[in-house]
Amino acid sequence: MTVNGTEYVREVEPRLLLIHFLRDELRLTGSHWGCDTSNCGVCVVWLDETPVKSCTVLAAMADGHRVMTVEGLSRGQRLDPVQQGFAACHGLQCGFCTPGMMLTARWLLNRNPHPTAAEIREAISGQVCRCTGYENIVRSVLWASEAERAQSEGAQSEGAQ
Amino acid sequence: MQVPAHCEYERAASVEHAIRLLTRYGPEARILAGGHSLIPMMKLRLAQPEVLIDINGLTDLCYITVADRELRIGALARHAHLLDSQVAGQYFAILHDAERVIADPIVRNWGTIGGSLCQADPSEDLSAAFAAVKGTMVIAGPDGIRTVSAREFHTGPYETQVGPAELLTEIRLPVRPGGGSAYLKVARRAGDWPVGAAGAAVWLDGEMIIDVGIGLTAVGAAHFAAAEAEEYLIGEAATAERLARAGQIAAEHCRPVGDQRGPADYKRHLAGELTARALTLAVRRAGGLADRAGSPAA
Repeated sequence: MTVNGTEYVREVEPRLLLIHFLRDELRLTGSHWGCDTSNCGVCVVWLDETPVKSCTVLAAMADGHRVMTVEGLSRGQRLDPVQQGFAACHGLQCGFCTPGMMLTARWLLNRNPHPTAAEIREAISGQVCRCTGYENIVRSVLWASEAERAQSEGAQSEGAQ
Repeated sequence: MQVPAHCEYERAASVEHAIRLLTRYGPEARILAGGHSLIPMMKLRLAQPEVLIDINGLTDLCYITVADRELRIGALARHAHLLDSQVAGQYFAILHDAERVIADPIVRNWGTIGGSLCQADPSEDLSAAFAAVKGTMVIAGPDGIRTVSAREFHTGPYETQVGPAELLTEIRLPVRPGGGSAYLKVARRAGDWPVGAAGAAVWLDGEMIIDVGIGLTAVGAAHFAAAEAEEYLIGEAATAERLARAGQIAAEHCRPVGDQRGPADYKRHLAGELTARALTLAVRRAGGLADRAGSPAA
């Protein structure tokens, strides 16, 4: 499978879960392993174009597919606007839910660049945060949405000149 | 740490190949679609298949389309596809109502329609929705395909008509004029299984109910349906009083069991109230009831 742009070939037991493959085989420990019952969402990674809960996907099912973890979110040293938003708005305290929250937020903004607070809450409704009461997570995603709007308007006005 | 027990893994290259694999490995093999019911059950040893047959590569089973006056849903379509499908929502608002309250957006990205139906959990929402709209299931096997009505599909909790060497491939819903539908669910929190839920589909000629389907979830209704309440409504005018009475009949005939989600009498109350409300919304969406305060068909 291709993970964050790098191709990996491994022989695995059929029962190996994707989350354990990423963490234990590839040592990509940004994705967390939480409830193990697809409720908490700390294990969210992208499988091709969509976020999934990787504690409920076998590693074998991702064979031939593209996986993106939180380690693949930044462009080199440049953080994704979602990551910048979480830093700017204090969108995390303990950080356990943060990788999954940011990957879902990136997906939401790709589909819906200007979501309302309610739409953000709906998008992360399958993910649990025990620190922030979600308020700062919502602010962080709104911050990223605004930053991207400003960036694209800036690029447009530059183009017009 | 929860991990599934050791098992073998095969990847199906086509429906025919999946059926050959099922035939070869026998009843201890299980089809793996989204896995969002099967993998948690394997972790708990409630399911312990010897072989998993992964059908996620069968992308030709991943479609939602209208053909021959039927909405056709491929068994491998994900919940998110159904919720995003404009054509599904246009003809059957009940499907979007139900999908909005199934699990959460991330689970819906990977869980499949066919997998949900074959899991046959008594609390699963789509079974009642398809019972309400009187769908047909298409099942492929070694001798070709056969069809089974949505109401005959489930033979009991966690049991369906799909045999050990068979595969559900498609769900077909007849598109008929004058239709409206709705699904309402009460759950303890976002993304949870229902305490109780009801779906309704009506087909009107003016104010007259030509046909009606009522689906009930998690309240012990036979075949996920409320046949007595449907009988009471067919051929009658869709009045508020009559729809309310149909709710009472549905409540009288279901057999809820008390559990951690609520006592039996509360679930019975929900069955009646949600049936009446779903019927009312369905009738309004079909253009019935003088008061047009409800949402338009969408």
